[in-house]
Amino acid sequence: MSMSGGAPSDTVSALDAAAPRPRWQVILIRPETMTFVLLVLAIVVSSLLSPYFLDLTYILASFTLYAEFSLVALVLTMVIIAGEIDLSAASNMALSACLCAWTFRAGLPLPLALLVGVGAGILMGALNGLLVIGLQLPSIIVTIGTLTLYRGLAQIIAGDQSIRLPDYFIGINTWLVAGIPVPVLLFVVLSAVLGFLLSETIWGRQIYQIGTSVIAAQHSGIRAKRIKFALLVAMGFASSIAGLITASRLGSVRYDLGLGGELQMVLMAMLGGTYIFGGRGSILGTFLAAWLLAVISTGMTTANLLPATQLCVLGVLLIVSIIATNLIYSRTQR
Amino acid sequence: MVETASAMPDVPLMAARGITKSFASIEVLRDVDLDLRRGEIHALLGENGAGKSTFAKILAGVHRPTRGTLTLNGAQVEVLNPIVAQRLGITLIHQEPICFPDLTVAENLVLGQKGGSPLARVPWAEMTRNARQLMDLLGVKIDVSKTMRGLSIADQQMVEIARALASDSRLIIMDEPTAPLTPKEVETLFAIARRLRDEGRTIVFISHRLEEVRILCNRVTIFRDGNKVATEDIQSFTDADIIRQMIGRPLREYMKKHGTTIGEVALKVEGLTLPGVFFDISLEVRKGEIVGLGGLVGAGRTDVARAIFGVSPAASGKISINGKPVQISDPSQAIALGLAFVPEDRAAAGIFRTLPVEENITAAVPGKIAPSGVIRRSLERVLAEDSVRKLRIRLASFRQPIGELSGGNQQKTILARWLLTEPRVLILDEPTRGIDIGVKAEFYDMIGELAASGRAILLISSELPELLALCDRVLVMSEGRITANIPRERATQESIMNAAVPRSTREAAA
Amino acid sequence: MNALGSVFLRREAGIAVMIVLFCLAVGMIRPRFLTLDELRIILLLTPLILIGAMGQMLVILSRHVDLSIGSTQGFAAMATAMMFKFHPEIPWYLGFGVAIGVGIGLGFVNGALITLFRLPAIIVTLGTLNLYRGLTFIISDAKQIDRQFVPAALKGMSTTSPIFDIPWIIFMALGTALMTHWFANHSRIGRQVFALGSNPAAAPLRGIRVNAVTLMVFMISGALAGLSGIMYASRWGFVNPSNTGFGFEFQVIAAVVIGGVSINGGVGSVLGVTLGVLLLGCVSAALPLLGIPGAAQNAIYGAVILIALLIDRSVRQRGIAALALRRVAA
Repeated sequence: MSMSGGAPSDTVSALDAAAPRPRWQVILIRPETMTFVLLVLAIVVSSLLSPYFLDLTYILASFTLYAEFSLVALVLTMVIIAGEIDLSAASNMALSACLCAWTFRAGLPLPLALLVGVGAGILMGALNGLLVIGLQLPSIIVTIGTLTLYRGLAQIIAGDQSIRLPDYFIGINTWLVAGIPVPVLLFVVLSAVLGFLLSETIWGRQIYQIGTSVIAAQHSGIRAKRIKFALLVAMGFASSIAGLITASRLGSVRYDLGLGGELQMVLMAMLGGTYIFGGRGSILGTFLAAWLLAVISTGMTTANLLPATQLCVLGVLLIVSIIATNLIYSRTQR
Repeated sequence: MVETASAMPDVPLMAARGITKSFASIEVLRDVDLDLRRGEIHALLGENGAGKSTFAKILAGVHRPTRGTLTLNGAQVEVLNPIVAQRLGITLIHQEPICFPDLTVAENLVLGQKGGSPLARVPWAEMTRNARQLMDLLGVKIDVSKTMRGLSIADQQMVEIARALASDSRLIIMDEPTAPLTPKEVETLFAIARRLRDEGRTIVFISHRLEEVRILCNRVTIFRDGNKVATEDIQSFTDADIIRQMIGRPLREYMKKHGTTIGEVALKVEGLTLPGVFFDISLEVRKGEIVGLGGLVGAGRTDVARAIFGVSPAASGKISINGKPVQISDPSQAIALGLAFVPEDRAAAGIFRTLPVEENITAAVPGKIAPSGVIRRSLERVLAEDSVRKLRIRLASFRQPIGELSGGNQQKTILARWLLTEPRVLILDEPTRGIDIGVKAEFYDMIGELAASGRAILLISSELPELLALCDRVLVMSEGRITANIPRERATQESIMNAAVPRSTREAAA
Repeated sequence: MNALGSVFLRREAGIAVMIVLFCLAVGMIRPRFLTLDELRIILLLTPLILIGAMGQMLVILSRHVDLSIGSTQGFAAMATAMMFKFHPEIPWYLGFGVAIGVGIGLGFVNGALITLFRLPAIIVTLGTLNLYRGLTFIISDAKQIDRQFVPAALKGMSTTSPIFDIPWIIFMALGTALMTHWFANHSRIGRQVFALGSNPAAAPLRGIRVNAVTLMVFMISGALAGLSGIMYASRWGFVNPSNTGFGFEFQVIAAVVIGGVSINGGVGSVLGVTLGVLLLGCVSAALPLLGIPGAAQNAIYGAVILIALLIDRSVRQRGIAALALRRVAA
């Protein structure tokens, strides 16, 4: 955000406009700053627990466990900014992966099976879009319904088994490009791309406008329905890719792939300063929050905290982060 | 026994002194003194925005006065909120009645009454009986075991009145109650109002329908521009007197720039109909012409504008732009065809409150600031600076959230947004509402210039002087239809108002 | 009993018809479905969901959602079961007090967060869903409480029966339903719950204490989830930190939504929800008979939620359309 370079056209009278906040406040008092500070804190605390935390390779390798959710969280951020929400992503991951594995097992060559998985993910996103945008049902309940449905379908397809994938497909988290694991690289690249999209392109601008006031946006000629639909389809697409990456990392596919992922994704978005009611948030914030969550989770594991305790911490974090974000945003409103 | 108000002097039921109310920096009520007597039906008259509704809301606790006192039965009171008002015996019946649509009539009557522990047994049988009794008392046939959602507006109003009776309200305020009613329903309402008056209660009746006021009311108070200008017995006024008091102020000298050539038809609408909202709307606006669209609130003008612009399209009818028939089902199509629409409610449909001013300005012209998709901020700034200069928008920074600007400057920003689309046809819906006098003048100049530059302008306004000063022709809508097409030479405040009031009033006056 | 408008009865009749049609259809393929034994099986599938649904119904009526009831069930069940294991001297029926008390506490946390900070219920309960599940693991040290520690009398509630061979547990569930019906329809504060969901903006104007009612609603939801926890121990005989209550909230929401409770609040009935639970019970029981893997349950619940939403919406649309036409001036 930059202040006006040219002089405003008239002097301000006391009645006419409230004085703007000082520049330093504008830049510093934002949710992303809070996230950044927390990230630094988390790294410091974790490095006290274990010196590995200062080793970049270690951090990168640990992040691969969270890269898949982080990828989807980026798109979820955009969905929330636009005023909707999608809780079905983790189930989408599972169903896409199951369909891929199942068709592969049934004889389809892997590239085609992958296409099936991705195609399914897109279709699932489109179904969400149809119900929410086309039929105007509330996205929160629709995606609760679809998250149950997709996970259930995955259960039907895969049953209780683990479907194993071919060796040449496994281990994407160990493939390195310039020393960086592929999933992490994908995350960084996607963050850059979406960050650019959201802040520098007109579609990004319109996403914020839709989330701020969908009626004003429609009156201004913005095709709000199309944009929201596209975002939900994009969620489906991102979820399927994330599901396939997870399958590669784990080596096999089960119906419970990504279970509980919806919490982590929403948490990343909230920790990154996304306003739950729409209109505010940033890719940078979610990017930092993803790292923050990875550091916290890895730190907890290193500190030998039980998975159960970690779950509690995440639950508390979600609540605290939404309280803090709401407070910051309501303070800055006049 | 039929007694009129003047037979009961003594302490007024409610005395208001010096009531003043400001919203932000705009004063909507100034130093109003008013006495309401027991056992009278008292009308509040005035144009839209004159302050009568605000005054009524202050009585009912919806707003609190910035200054001034209210005295009830000789004791000063503070009506802090509607619940306190109810306890004090004051009930406001809104035009769109407030209720719980999924609960039954009987329940709506009872909810909010004092007393009883939360776990107390709901006395359904007794409730239903009492409800039926109330309905019988009012003489209306409403099934009290039906949900409110299924009732007509008239019936919902009856329920609200019954509520007032159930809590023994002494002061009942009705805000434009007859607008959605059939003549028979109006008769029923009036009979009830008279009975309540005869019981010694006070009814405050806000309405535009002069002949109804004459039939029903004892005294009338006229508001104008936030001031109370008169309180008299209804007999002391003729209709002409009343209208003159309501709108009589020196006409401003904003004469439209003559010499603007009026060109061909830019916007033509034929037979536009949306059942239940507007019927058979046909109008034309030519290049360089300013066509006014007057009428009362609820006449359907904004709905017509929204239909033309594609926000909620009409069910049938034809629209042509520059002679070519078009189909508009979405605002983006309308914009592409050269239409622009400045909506009436800028807070809900106009501004992006938390987003920067310059982003608000460029919201409708993405192609100009991001030709290849990527936003060119320098281009945006240039456009914003240009707009700010031309429209004299006062702001501290281009990046400040538009919500921090004053109402007038917000409105200018919205206008700037639409001017950037270089529209051929500009529809303005109450563009100067809630704006200070000084800024209004600027707007009038701008509108005149826009017409002079060849645009076709459709100006929806409830302010008669505004219509008279700016328009080449004034169309008037009433109850969903166009009732008059008055050229400038023959346009007067009376002629517009006469066409605007409902058919029943017009016929009675004829 | 008051007549709350014919629209209601139509919805409940509709569900009843669906149940009959469904059972007949399945009965044609597998006649075993229409036996008394099968009825018993169906009924035994329902008591936990019915109890949970009563609480969720109140929450949804007030225009909120409670996603944490599954974890609350798990935590309450575990707390109670641990008490049985480590303090077997305590009379088994006090377990009810523990389970319900724990549930109230967890529900209170939800309600407090929602009212104090004005947070959306969906996100708060998403957080507590995970928090409470984690706590369940912690207090139990991730260990299951096995059958031998659950008091026989408690387990007996699911097997022994006072009458008609229908176990006590069913009566408990029905009793809960009856109490909820009384509460919702015959108590002042119950009606305020309906009012709050019907028009939240008007509620404070009519003297309804919004925060107090909201808090209460979540506490009741928690209490009933807690009750369903000890019922879990009775029904299955053990308590497991990962399984107990897992996915419970979605089954309950499915039943509530199909039972005619509008997601926008203000509309719904105990009878409808009970029928919805019954329908889902029939569907669940029919699956193994039809050779459909039990794994299909979740998919069906998901589809049910979506279908119920669609039905809900089309009913509203028609209602709104009818109103719009009625507004045409005479």
